[in-house]
Amino acid sequence: MNFAFTEEQEELRKGARSFLENYSASEQVRALMETDTGYDPDIWGRIGAELGWPSLIVPEEYGGSGFTYVELIAVMEEMGRALLCAPFFSSVCLAGNALLVAGTEDQKQEHLPGIASGETIATLAYTEQNGRWDADGVTATAKKDGSDYVLNGTKTYVIDGHTADLLVVAARAEGTAAADGVSLFVVDAGSAGIERRKLNTMDMTRKQAEVKLSDVRVPAANLMGNEGEAWDSMVKVLDLAAVALAAEQVGGAQKCLDMSVEYAKVRVQFGRPIGSFQAIKHKCADMLLEVESARSASYYAGWAAAEDNEELPVVAPLAKAYCSDTYFHCAAENIQIHGGIGFTWEHDCHLYFKRAKSTEIYLGDATYHRELLAQRIGL
Amino acid sequence: MDFDYGEQAEAFRHELRAWLATNLDPGWRDHVDVVDSEASEDILTNEWIKEWSRKLYEAGFKGIHWPAEYGGRGLSLLEQIVYAEEMFRADAPPAGNFLAETLVGPTIIHYGSDEQKKRFLDPILSGEELWCQGFSEPDAGSDLASLKTRAVLDGDEWVITGQKVWTSLGHIADYCFLLARTDPDAPKHKGISYLLVPMKQAGVTVRPLTQISRIAEFNEVFFDEAHCPAENVVGGVNNGWKVAMTTLGFERGSSVTTQALRFRRELEAFIEIAKSTAGAGGRPKSEDPLVRQELAKAYTAVHIMKAQAYRSLTALIEKGDPGPAGSVNKIFWSEYHRWVTELGMSLRGFEGQVIGPDYALDAEQVAYLFAKSETIWGGTAEIQRNIVGERILGLPKEPKPQ
Repeated sequence: MNFAFTEEQEELRKGARSFLENYSASEQVRALMETDTGYDPDIWGRIGAELGWPSLIVPEEYGGSGFTYVELIAVMEEMGRALLCAPFFSSVCLAGNALLVAGTEDQKQEHLPGIASGETIATLAYTEQNGRWDADGVTATAKKDGSDYVLNGTKTYVIDGHTADLLVVAARAEGTAAADGVSLFVVDAGSAGIERRKLNTMDMTRKQAEVKLSDVRVPAANLMGNEGEAWDSMVKVLDLAAVALAAEQVGGAQKCLDMSVEYAKVRVQFGRPIGSFQAIKHKCADMLLEVESARSASYYAGWAAAEDNEELPVVAPLAKAYCSDTYFHCAAENIQIHGGIGFTWEHDCHLYFKRAKSTEIYLGDATYHRELLAQRIGL
Repeated sequence: MDFDYGEQAEAFRHELRAWLATNLDPGWRDHVDVVDSEASEDILTNEWIKEWSRKLYEAGFKGIHWPAEYGGRGLSLLEQIVYAEEMFRADAPPAGNFLAETLVGPTIIHYGSDEQKKRFLDPILSGEELWCQGFSEPDAGSDLASLKTRAVLDGDEWVITGQKVWTSLGHIADYCFLLARTDPDAPKHKGISYLLVPMKQAGVTVRPLTQISRIAEFNEVFFDEAHCPAENVVGGVNNGWKVAMTTLGFERGSSVTTQALRFRRELEAFIEIAKSTAGAGGRPKSEDPLVRQELAKAYTAVHIMKAQAYRSLTALIEKGDPGPAGSVNKIFWSEYHRWVTELGMSLRGFEGQVIGPDYALDAEQVAYLFAKSETIWGGTAEIQRNIVGERILGLPKEPKPQ
């Protein structure tokens, strides 16, 4: 009976923290968020080559290191804490998982080694202007034409969509609806007919893009699995991504709590530290309560993902809903506890507040995930 | 990460499950006239329950985690947890004097003299002697150390005078483990002793306190020159605060996993009510998006309690102590339970408000009312937040009044 990280996993987590303290400190995050690409190729190269984080969940036969989802969430938590500006979530947790779940053997052989080394940056082009996460949100079309498919439509809110080398695109056969007819394709981002535009978003630490597909021709070999039958895989990919994002949210929420507590100990008003007032102390206690609860939900979901067991469809949306609420609440309270200084651009509070909102919305907000949970427990 | 309890614990589970299958009468409730056995320990005076308790004791199913030299099974905390899980799964009646087995017993094992161990431990396990706790007073609730009950040594006896309150089982207990001030001149935490006081004597008067559920489970206990032998002090004279505080957290671990199971069972009942009760437009309440959100939140909270329990258990096994996480868990479950029982009552609607003669309540109604006490007893949710803020987060204490 042991529900904790092993010594090795704990070492991995500590190593991640110390690397990120040096290379994803406030100055670096602030510099990168002002760039168009939103990441530092040198740091990303080191993350791939030296630290091997992108390889964690990729099996050895595809160039990965064959660890499990538990190792992944350990580093995701630290990345969230440090607001790391890098295409990790898009490339590994979205596109990497899509290839692992839905890719053909050839596609895995071809693309996973690059994702695992960090040399290929991939992402998932799934959402559209309608902002929906259910099957009906997919309106882009894929039409068979000889030995090719022709893709049309506009994908948007695509994380790192403007910098990715490889896109996993969701599209449906014309005339189909809901889960029926949805297919996934591996698409070279440089293909003719693809137009990409960075979106300006409130959270500047993670970039999103619009990806227009106009008669984009992809070989039939790029179809992932059987035509029109990708929805079940998609559900699984979204669950796995939710587990990863929930871990990131735990890390961010923990950082907000740490910032609040640190400030409450040193900020003096009425002749005493504000943390000695119960009004502030109890806010901090509530944050801890939520962060620890979120961590329990996140670790359990990470375990279920690692085991790939039947609990995953229940515990993934559960973790995503709870961790979203926790992160947002902690990030908002962090500003309140800091008072005026917390409202300034110079202070980091707002960076977490904005990341909390963008991750809350991504993959569907807490209300959406609770409804998913309700359906999956038979309500 | 793995949730395997290991061979030894599973072997114990197997043994207990087999024993329960042959020895527990599934129709035990016919012999026991208590609406909700969980909400009241009055059940312990019931003849059938006494016999059941005796049976468990004789079969070696009491004091699982107590050392063998004091009559226990000498097994690890994990087996104690398995015990709680199996008793829950089998829907077995409560058989133990919880406060005695989890608080005063372990305190005597840890701090008691050999004579105290010899005298008091066995009757706790056998259920022959029931215990109540004499800590809270009318003016010493959250600020427990300001207690005023006094004990004065007179020859070879302590003479005790004062009032205790919220004393569960006070009316049926044989003994009280009580905190009394033995040095009025010392700073408030330093002049307190932990005494073992017989309840059935002339100087002790017990008055029942009727709760909002109209059940009189608590009592006020008046000590008017009550006596106990001088040697009935545990852990040394004027050392009672330390004794009480270090043992307050003992064995909290034994119910860590069953609590989530219990809440899960309760929630399943609420979900069934939502499915079978008509809401707006005549549709089942379970189809109402807001109700679905609430039930999903409840399901989430129960799942988190389960995961949190596994984390606490890991810490208990590794470090022997759940640490201050106990306060976090207490806030979480007590506030969850208050909220979810309110939700349950809302889902039941009118029907849930109808009660039997003499204010007879069903189990859900008792739980709904009783939940109001759960954020109060054992340290209010507000005191727990101070503990979390100060002991876990290291925030400064509130300055003392000048």
